[in-house]
Amino acid sequence: MQNTLAHLKRGERGVITDVSSIHIPLKLLEMGCLPGNLVKLVQLAPFKDPMYLNINGTHLAIRKETAIHILINKI
Amino acid sequence: MSKQINVALIGNPNTGKTSVFNALTGLNQKVGNYPGITVEKKQGICKLNRGVKAHIIDLPGTYSLNASSLDENVVIELLLNKNDKDFPDIAVVVSDVENLKRNLLLFTQIKDLQIPTILVINMADRMKYKGISLDIEHLEVQLNTKIALISTRKNEGIDYLKQLISNYKDISKNACSNVFDIDKDYFNSLQQAFPNQLLYKLWLVITQDVNFGKTDRNEIDAIADFKTKSKADLKRLQQKETIKRYQFINNVLKKGLTIDTSKAKDLRSKLDRVLTHKIWGYVIFFFILLIIFQAIYDWSSVPMDFIDNTFASLSEWTKNHLPQGAFTDLIAEGIIPGLGGIVIFIPQIAFLFLFISILEESGYMSRVVFLMDNIMKRFGLSGKSVVPLISGTACAIPAIMATRNIESWKERLITILVTPFTTCAARLPVYLIIISLVIPEGRFFGLGYQALTLMLLYLIGFGTAVTSAYFLNKILKIKSKTFFVVEMPNYKLPLFKNVALTVIEKTKSFVFGAGKIILAISIILWFLASYGPGENFNNAENIIKTEYASNHLSEEHLEEKIASYKLEHSFIGIAGRTIEPIISPLGYDWKIGIAIVSSFAAREVFVGTLATIYSVGSDDEATIKNRMAAEVNPILGGPLFNFASGISLLLFYAFAMQCMSTLAIVKRETNSWKWPMWQLAIMSTFAYIVAFIAFQLLK
Repeated sequence: MQNTLAHLKRGERGVITDVSSIHIPLKLLEMGCLPGNLVKLVQLAPFKDPMYLNINGTHLAIRKETAIHILINKI
Repeated sequence: MSKQINVALIGNPNTGKTSVFNALTGLNQKVGNYPGITVEKKQGICKLNRGVKAHIIDLPGTYSLNASSLDENVVIELLLNKNDKDFPDIAVVVSDVENLKRNLLLFTQIKDLQIPTILVINMADRMKYKGISLDIEHLEVQLNTKIALISTRKNEGIDYLKQLISNYKDISKNACSNVFDIDKDYFNSLQQAFPNQLLYKLWLVITQDVNFGKTDRNEIDAIADFKTKSKADLKRLQQKETIKRYQFINNVLKKGLTIDTSKAKDLRSKLDRVLTHKIWGYVIFFFILLIIFQAIYDWSSVPMDFIDNTFASLSEWTKNHLPQGAFTDLIAEGIIPGLGGIVIFIPQIAFLFLFISILEESGYMSRVVFLMDNIMKRFGLSGKSVVPLISGTACAIPAIMATRNIESWKERLITILVTPFTTCAARLPVYLIIISLVIPEGRFFGLGYQALTLMLLYLIGFGTAVTSAYFLNKILKIKSKTFFVVEMPNYKLPLFKNVALTVIEKTKSFVFGAGKIILAISIILWFLASYGPGENFNNAENIIKTEYASNHLSEEHLEEKIASYKLEHSFIGIAGRTIEPIISPLGYDWKIGIAIVSSFAAREVFVGTLATIYSVGSDDEATIKNRMAAEVNPILGGPLFNFASGISLLLFYAFAMQCMSTLAIVKRETNSWKWPMWQLAIMSTFAYIVAFIAFQLLK
């Protein structure tokens, strides 16, 4: 089943499958948010936003509104 | 003869770029702004061997050459403009060993601009600990460059880096990837249209418009007409370019980098579990705030008193030792107190920057941004607005300068506009004296009324800041990309050298930046209070002596009466009387009016002005307080400073934009007079209305 990054629970991991939406800032891609890369949800702020992720070794926080545009396969 | 080469330091944020800069330049550095914009420009000199000097420019941290903030745009503007006097002879890309892959993205882009580029791999001391090993030779061949493996923490490898810089002519200029395969037809036609230009440079110029809006590009203006692709298509191509670059990098690193994850010990995740926890995270943040407040108020009071006394005695000394006359008065009553008014804030500002730079260096600040983003977002602010709002409790000036790393212009502008509402240190003297006059000393559940009032004023300040942010967010129709991507760097022990240099640098820039304005204002105020038109002012001495001839006043008392009479008829006194009809509905007389007008430049002037007006020579608080308590309201009778007028004044000072220096900084940071003027008009009107309502209800 296709999930988005926003579906991840704390501690869960997934592989990014698609990010080609124009809603995603190029910066996020440059920081390693690319198809094929591994992503782990490290921490959630209260109200589940923003999300603190580990994408391929880079630790970063993004808002949920961005996370819903990144498709993943949970593993 | 000594020769100078330009070296540009470029790198991702949090790679220790500033440490490398500090290691190379030490105290030989200066900070300014890029012409026309407020992005900080750090440069310094590094002596290389054989009498060669390197002029080192520390460029703002950037993840790539695709700009999304003003800071990042500076990097591209410099690298695209060969005619810039700072155009680098050599680029030094600073990366950190743990995020090498991501850092190499920027490296390959700069390489494609055919600028000689050295790769610095910093934090080499962590390699063993993280189980990382590098094949430097392999990487040098693949990336077609020279690599310096260094550790700024242990001061290793800096000499080798200097050696590489001085031999910059040996570094290859060749590009190391071919990203144009992503759309051969498009790039071929682009090259044919502009055969004399570097293809990657053309591509950058075209795409900057997509990312960042118009950039000033003198050389290749014609490119604007070369539009064969839509913005969406261009963005897709940029995404493809990024993927292509990562493919290249992955290939290079396959052999060049090995990570043995079993060796990695993870301190970060343990700390993060606590510091970003949804309860403990906030508790710890709250305690850190308490410590900062404590430092700003308590610890800095000793040096502040010392500075205050020193300037007071300096002024006294000048009066006694220089020949009498207007010039001496200007120095003793205008310039020295004016300078004192700036210097006295040095301890608070230094403490504030000490803490902020420690929090930033250690990596904690990103966690605060993460914790606060959701709350701030509801008010149209960003998690990154927390830092300015905290700093605002010391002084709005450094706070507004701290908004620079907010990517979204709208969020940044709103932060700049609301920060002056937070209760800064300059309001304290005003608050303290008025509270002691009008609030009784009783207790409520063990808490003093006076202390509660002060706390309430702080809450009102912060509350107004976020509420006005909420409305500004609804009103302002600014289109700006509001994305939020924050890197959470690894925790690090702050380097003393970096913290010290930041504190010195920021304090210096405050003293000289705001100082010039405060000094000018205090000279003007002195002039307006020391001169006046007509008989009343010029013959003050005779008039008072005649009037009080029968009262047998002491010499000192008589002098005070004369000074007070003179002030009443000076230019500023006349101004006070003129505005009396406007301010009397708020419960103030013309004397308070003068104090308000003169404290427009800076709030803390209020107490000093009243001290002069109530003919008290010193600003001994008890004495002014007694005088103020004895004042009678000319219209309504009863004490002038009663509960109603006192509350009205407190609220007026809570909201009014009584700070020239803040206006000047807002002008500089927004690059227009429009915003500071709006800020002045709206805050003052609001302050007036609230004070009016408070007085009319309470009187």
